[in-house]
Amino acid sequence: MSTLNSVADLGSRIGDLFTNIIGWTLFILIIVEALLVWVIWAYRDRPGREEPKAVHGHVGLEIGWTMIPALIVTIIAIPTISTIFRTQAPPPDNALTIQVTGRQWWWEIRYPELGIVTANEIVVPAGRPVTLELKSGDVIHSFWVPRVGGKRDLIGGKVNTLTFTVETPGAYPGQCAEFCGLSHANMRMLLIAETPQEFDRWVDTQREPPAPPTGEAAAGPAAFVSGGCLACHTIRGLSTGVVGPDLTHVGSRQSIASGLLKNTPENLARWINDPPAVKPGARMPKLPLTGQQIATLAAYLGALK
Amino acid sequence: MSRLRRLTGWLTTVDHKRIGILYGVSAFAFFLIGGIEALLIRLQLAFPRDSLISAETYNQLFTMHGTTMIFLAVMPLSSAFFNFLVPLMIGARDVAFPRLNALSFWIFLFGGIFINASFLFGAAPNAGWFGYANLTSKTFSEGQNLDFWLLGLLVLGASSLIAGFNFIVTIVNMRAPGMTFMRLPTFVWMTLITQFLIILAFPPITVGLILLGFDRFVGTNFYNPAAGGNPLLWQHLFWLFGHPEVYILILPPMGIISEVLPTFARKPLFGYPVVIYSGILIAFFGFGVWSHHMFTVGLGPVADSAFSIATMLIGIPTGVKIFNWLATLWGGRIRFQTPLYFALGFISMFLIGGLSGIMHASPPVDMQQQDSYFVVAHLHYVLVGGSLFGLFAGIYYWWPKIAGRLLDERLGRVNFWLFFIGFNVAFFPMHFLGVMGMPRRIYTYAEGLNWELWNRTSTAGAFLLGVAILVFLFNALVSLRRGAVAPADPWDGRTLEWSIPSPPPSYNFAEVPIVKSRDELWAQKKGRRSAVPRSEASPEAIHLPAPSHYPIVVAFGIITLAAGALTHLWVSVAGAFLMIYGIYRFAFEYRSGAHG
Repeated sequence: MSTLNSVADLGSRIGDLFTNIIGWTLFILIIVEALLVWVIWAYRDRPGREEPKAVHGHVGLEIGWTMIPALIVTIIAIPTISTIFRTQAPPPDNALTIQVTGRQWWWEIRYPELGIVTANEIVVPAGRPVTLELKSGDVIHSFWVPRVGGKRDLIGGKVNTLTFTVETPGAYPGQCAEFCGLSHANMRMLLIAETPQEFDRWVDTQREPPAPPTGEAAAGPAAFVSGGCLACHTIRGLSTGVVGPDLTHVGSRQSIASGLLKNTPENLARWINDPPAVKPGARMPKLPLTGQQIATLAAYLGALK
Repeated sequence: MSRLRRLTGWLTTVDHKRIGILYGVSAFAFFLIGGIEALLIRLQLAFPRDSLISAETYNQLFTMHGTTMIFLAVMPLSSAFFNFLVPLMIGARDVAFPRLNALSFWIFLFGGIFINASFLFGAAPNAGWFGYANLTSKTFSEGQNLDFWLLGLLVLGASSLIAGFNFIVTIVNMRAPGMTFMRLPTFVWMTLITQFLIILAFPPITVGLILLGFDRFVGTNFYNPAAGGNPLLWQHLFWLFGHPEVYILILPPMGIISEVLPTFARKPLFGYPVVIYSGILIAFFGFGVWSHHMFTVGLGPVADSAFSIATMLIGIPTGVKIFNWLATLWGGRIRFQTPLYFALGFISMFLIGGLSGIMHASPPVDMQQQDSYFVVAHLHYVLVGGSLFGLFAGIYYWWPKIAGRLLDERLGRVNFWLFFIGFNVAFFPMHFLGVMGMPRRIYTYAEGLNWELWNRTSTAGAFLLGVAILVFLFNALVSLRRGAVAPADPWDGRTLEWSIPSPPPSYNFAEVPIVKSRDELWAQKKGRRSAVPRSEASPEAIHLPAPSHYPIVVAFGIITLAAGALTHLWVSVAGAFLMIYGIYRFAFEYRSGAHG
């Protein structure tokens, strides 16, 4: 999750500026600390040392050491301002817009141009600019994928944007960076950059309805309805709930419960059985489901690729 | 004197020195509580997926750790010094309004107890010391946790404002003859600047808290975006207070070390006027930089640039101060005693905090550092490496004057080195954790992110820091029991407080001194001129303000009024009556003054 080794233009620009500023600050740090150590060594009280002269100040020196920090501040300020404007420039025309809505404690992801709705995993094409439209469904959250770049807050009544181009395909973890209540620590996510071909394939599968369930999962839709899941979750063609994440293709995600658990049948069963035990305060309650229902649901959801 | 009479003496005291001691002892008690909270936090973070502490408890602990350390430990520890020292340093017999001084102490103490009492109900505040709206709304925080917090902070704000006005009037009006502004000890100057910061910074947070109170108790929607309110309004109001607050926490320790360094280098402060002007500039700029806490909320590139430049400008007067301190040491005859160790600790550690501050003054860099452990490292280098090192320098420096006994030098040095090493082991690794992407305020984290090593190191350092505090407590107890009796002037000091006995008599100065120079006592001792000849004054004739019951009554009324908001309207009504009764009696209290 390191902020160094950036994989996107945004992070690289920030990284360059950081390297520049850390150079100057280390320079000042070393000089001043060395000076301090030297002064207290050279002027330590020793037998025979004379009573010091009462020097009250020196105008030239004081002007000098006002100018030095002023100069260094100016040197730091110039690339800062230019980076501010470059990293907050309006998105280019070919940018892919993705809407990210923060909710206690998960991320809703929408691709308005592609008609895709998903959660907690943002899939982007590598090499193409992406603009995130950041909103909040409840309290303030903050979007942060350290290897992609800096964070931007999600605030009710306001739409923030964050534009970047991921250069290197891969999966990069992130998490909410603004304290947002009980399970703030558990509001994680994954940003997955795919090659353009892989991305197009992903888009195609997401737009398809999921394959009809077979085998153990065949009873899934019925369990989904009778268990009450439909009230909060959408599975295209089956339900239209909007309180929780869209589950149409939940089986295709790498993780569940906003990045807390790997997406395996066991973990799905564990989550469905008692969500607040996995994620304290989770809005999804422990429902009165039988073991059989949970197993069916886990198999069904896992198969929603 | 019987025990009861002694207790009543403390409860009704209006003597600035006793109030200073009350502030110091209470603040230190709160400091220990805040420290225990920190150790629990560090225990939880020592291992990934640690299950020692629940999410809810963790959120309460970090909220209370921040709230306690800022409002109940560092601020009132500074107040302890203001109270004890300002009258002594300006040659006065007390503050301008001794009873108001007592009132501000009792309000502070009751306010602090009130916030902490929330633990007894399992409802400690849990939205962070910064309490960002709209998480603080009734919708998202149903319990009374945040009611404790907002009422407690409102009450504490009253205490700070009362003390602020009191010290401004004291410093402007009560200076001894000849003590012109440019002869004021630097600590008094920094105190004066701090009081102006307090009276200007507390109104915005008071407004913010009252709006929050309306939202929570009455159902208004100031911060509710769903009803057209704006949660960012809180952030602006809070940081318009919150950033000056940082200078409220750091300027008094800067004043302390500006007294300690000249004494132990045996040279006057280098560039005294520039140090003063730098303090004023830091305070002034401090009101124009609040949005650097908001670089990630999306204010736009123009606002980000403006607040970035304003923030970087603060680096200039701060740098000037550091150079002036170095120049004060330069050419001196430096005696290595415990207060100096802590003062040097201040310079070397505060510098690190200042420089990391320059890094996140740059908004793009801040986008990566905001709300990460990098900022946790930064703020602790400023508030522990800066404020606490400075306050400990002050404690070791003025302890003999306050307690009348010396602290042990060897234990003092052990205290310093444990503190210095523990502090760096605890907080330096947090820079790495922040760069490695660890966010703040998370009660748990997954393994495999390379955060384990540095978290474990940090926890070890925190416990070392705890041991350092125990060494200090031991040193203090030993000193009080059987420490060597302190002479009036144990360090060969420069300012007026060292011209009177340790501890000072209740009337401070038998005869009000006539001041002829900066570092008045030093000038007298160096024999450039003798002290102004004193007539043999009889201390019995000195008029002193009489003790009063009413400050504590008024303070109790105020806290009862606040408690009513959590219980029943009638409790508030009773509190209001008690408060008004107290103020009435306070106003018409007339007793002939006690005599020294």
